[in-house]
Amino acid sequence: MGFLDTLLGRTKPVQPNLDVLFQLPSAAVTLEAATGFTPTGTGSVCFRPVEGRAFADVEKDVRELLDMSGAKSGTLPVEVSKDSYGFTWLVSSHMSTEIEDLVTDLHAVNSALVDNGFGPQLLCTLVAFRDEQQRRLALVYLFKRGTFYPFAPLPGEHRDSGLELQIKGVLEGDLKMEQDLSRWFPVWGAPGL
Amino acid sequence: MVARTRYAPDRGLTVRMGLTMFLLGLVFVAFVAAIIGISAAVHASDGAIVFFAVVLGGGLAIGSFFYSDKIALSTAGAHEVSPQQAPELHGIVDRICALADMPKPRIAISPTDLPNAFATGRNSEHAVLCVTRGLMRRLTPEELEGVIAHEMSHVAHKDVMVMTVASFLAIIAGLLIRFSFYGELFGGGGRRGGNNNNQGALPILLIIMAVSIVVYAISFLLIRLLSRYRELAADRSGALLTGQPSALASALQKVSGSIARIPTKDLREAQPLNAFFFAPALSAQQAQSKLGQLFSTHPSLEKRLAQLAKISQQLGQR
Repeated sequence: MGFLDTLLGRTKPVQPNLDVLFQLPSAAVTLEAATGFTPTGTGSVCFRPVEGRAFADVEKDVRELLDMSGAKSGTLPVEVSKDSYGFTWLVSSHMSTEIEDLVTDLHAVNSALVDNGFGPQLLCTLVAFRDEQQRRLALVYLFKRGTFYPFAPLPGEHRDSGLELQIKGVLEGDLKMEQDLSRWFPVWGAPGL
Repeated sequence: MVARTRYAPDRGLTVRMGLTMFLLGLVFVAFVAAIIGISAAVHASDGAIVFFAVVLGGGLAIGSFFYSDKIALSTAGAHEVSPQQAPELHGIVDRICALADMPKPRIAISPTDLPNAFATGRNSEHAVLCVTRGLMRRLTPEELEGVIAHEMSHVAHKDVMVMTVASFLAIIAGLLIRFSFYGELFGGGGRRGGNNNNQGALPILLIIMAVSIVVYAISFLLIRLLSRYRELAADRSGALLTGQPSALASALQKVSGSIARIPTKDLREAQPLNAFFFAPALSAQQAQSKLGQLFSTHPSLEKRLAQLAKISQQLGQR
């Protein structure tokens, strides 16, 4: 934000950066080789709905789009849920081997919102992983920063910070990881995780 | 491909705010020129009080700027809370910061039942966001989010810095009024040896006092005007950030309504913090009269609601 914008109190909504998502499949390979975490095939997009008809229409279109692509490949339909903060989550489920299809779906949601002028409403995209001991892990993509961070929830709203830092080290070469740890906000109870 | 944007800027507000700041700058320049002119006329013997006022005023402004977070927190009796102590509040702020791509501020809760919120700190790295228990008790999560987005917009617009710079002029003018007044009272006889010099001293101090009073009055009104524009700008940015102007509007309505119903004792305690508050703690009549509006740090409820209704309409357009 420029000096003049600050002086005159005009914050511009931040536009998201979408293309980085396509680096996820190769990062998943690295992650599995180093830590044994494999994708569950589930991913979600989280955004802040805007009041009014325009956004409701876009949201409906996006769901129809995903359902259509799901019907073609024979996967589960998209789930929609609202969290306690008023954010909407669209969950797309694929087979665990189909991470590329999953990323394509997630990207379709994101670009549909951006094309309709609602890019600033995107909060994060989340792809779920699990290892053999059934430990849960999510890679969270922050649209506005263009960076990823790991989120490993433990029962009772605790985080496995050691594991998260380990994952960050592993993926440093494949993805742009968020360096500012204060931005690794927890997404407790995120759908699809 | 350029994505189309629904977030149209409000040119009128930008122009009015720019004009206000320009006028403030103009008054400042005129004030400096007048003081230099007066000092030159008396061979700078009275320049000393001007020098003192600038040093003291500058010190006060810089001090309050650097310690704004600590001063405001202790005035409000607030204490910082960790994510474990207030998970919902932290969750809301986390999400707003991620949406707006801003560093997360420290978060404090004030135990008072007066429903309000403020954000302060000299820049976004040192920002503190404070909400009162009364606010959290009265508002739904979505309304609370609207209020927090409004406060985070103040942080993004660096309103503490802008208002400190803007008030600098008024602080100096205010000090000069006081100094020249005391100068009149005590400095009259035998302060400087020469008799003819002494005769000149009285009118000079009077002139400095008169100029300072005029500057103080004008800059006071301009600062309040600027403050009202910054509030409108923060409402606007906050509403666009969450995409829910109506939630912010309903929060405003609830907060203003319950403030008017609270006994005056609490209000007096809260007065010094008014400029940073989400909604000022003033009685309803004071906020509604035309003259009260001129001196108010915040725009009237009707103005704020009207702006939010307009944004809501713009966002809903297909």
